[in-house]
Amino acid sequence: MIPLNLRYSRDHEWLTDDEIATVGITAFAADALGDVVFVDLPEVGAVTTAGETCGEIESTKSVSEVYAPADGEIVEVNKALADDPGLINSDPYGAGWLYRVRVTRTPEVLDAAAYAALISPES
Amino acid sequence: MRRTALFDVHTRLGAHLTTFAGWTMPLRYGSDIAEHHTVRTAAGLFDLSHMGRIEVTGRNAAEFLDYALAGRLSTVKVGRAKYTMLCHTTGGVLDDLVVYRLAADRFLVVANAANAPMVRAMLGEHANGFAVRITDAGGSLIAVQGPASAEVIATQGPASAEVIATQGPASAKAMAIESLDLPYYGITEARVAGCDVLLARTGYTGEDGFEIYCSDADAATIWESLRESGATPAGLACRDTLRLEAGMPLYGHELTVRTTPFHAGLGRIVALDKADFVGAESLRRVAAQGPSTVLTGLVTAGRRAPRSGHAVLDPVSGERIGEVTSGAPSPTLGHPIAMAYVPPVFAAPGTRLVVDVRGTREDAEVVALPFYRRSPQ
Repeated sequence: MIPLNLRYSRDHEWLTDDEIATVGITAFAADALGDVVFVDLPEVGAVTTAGETCGEIESTKSVSEVYAPADGEIVEVNKALADDPGLINSDPYGAGWLYRVRVTRTPEVLDAAAYAALISPES
Repeated sequence: MRRTALFDVHTRLGAHLTTFAGWTMPLRYGSDIAEHHTVRTAAGLFDLSHMGRIEVTGRNAAEFLDYALAGRLSTVKVGRAKYTMLCHTTGGVLDDLVVYRLAADRFLVVANAANAPMVRAMLGEHANGFAVRITDAGGSLIAVQGPASAEVIATQGPASAEVIATQGPASAKAMAIESLDLPYYGITEARVAGCDVLLARTGYTGEDGFEIYCSDADAATIWESLRESGATPAGLACRDTLRLEAGMPLYGHELTVRTTPFHAGLGRIVALDKADFVGAESLRRVAAQGPSTVLTGLVTAGRRAPRSGHAVLDPVSGERIGEVTSGAPSPTLGHPIAMAYVPPVFAAPGTRLVVDVRGTREDAEVVALPFYRRSPQ
């Protein structure tokens, strides 16, 4: 369920282990939100700081902030989400990615096992 | 956390559970938007067993409720229901209620889950001098809501097989409703899935629908039977968007102790001509002066929905004039809708206002409530 090749923040973002990392929210987070109806993402060229908010995800029920898992500069955002924000629910680790960031610093990130432990009901 | 008799059923169906008013309840089973559309186009199945149910019985039951509540319950016919409110002496709303008259001296008061203990206590306080008995009614409450719900209920009846065999499925609906003899805001004893129930036709989604009051022991049998008849389980998430589209107030949002029924546009439910009732003096004053703020519908064109607590601004002065009480992207209408309290001068349909959506100014237009009304059947 939780892809082994990705890294995770405690705020339920995932990112790839690349110089230009792809960032999304986890299936666990997407599931908790319910049906996503709108996504507000940072603009290309914007600078993100790990742990700080850089966007919003709106579901029928509520609005949640998107936190950046790393410091860096946004180089691309997922334009497909403008027309089909539900991709975040249907394919959170694939077509539902949020943005790509040229990473300058990644603070604490979790591997899949540690993230699985974080979201397990016992924790 | 309290669990309803259907908890295991919800778990087996893979429901996303949430805690609500001290209960563990299904938030949604899959997609909340899909569940919303199901209720608008077919039939949704809800577990509402967390709602408060209070029985008021006794020789003075009717006159007691006339005194304790905003409406005139004594004129409600046996087998009928009334939407009413429990108000504070200040006129503020303590809860909105559906009250069914089960017999001349027997009423069933249905309260919001979070308010049920308070409603029970307040009724007890007001009961001094009346020959009434106020008790908690147990059991489960299941609702079927949506244009197909009559059909779903109908096929539960003992004669449903014959009706369908002789009349064909298309007319089964009309036949069965007739045989039920259950008007809107009515309640009757009935058998659903072979179980003795109280069957009511009220609802909180803007659709035709039925509520089934049954024993905890029968709840799972009835639920499964209705599901087999084509009703789709639906959770609290879509219930909120459905009632918002239908312009129905929710306690804690549109209705609070700081608002009277007149503020909420529901002044007609207050029987001002009753001799005496709790809150009479305050409510008569508000009725005479008019409320300082009124509940209005707002629509916005953007994609970000106004939400509860967002400020409503005068587009000319930029000043804060009111506050959003509920808001969401409307699945049926395809754009955000919201309810808000604003001064009457800003409440006319067509008025242009602005909502501060988390720091962004969104243009809004006042519209008449409800946002959505089902087509006549």
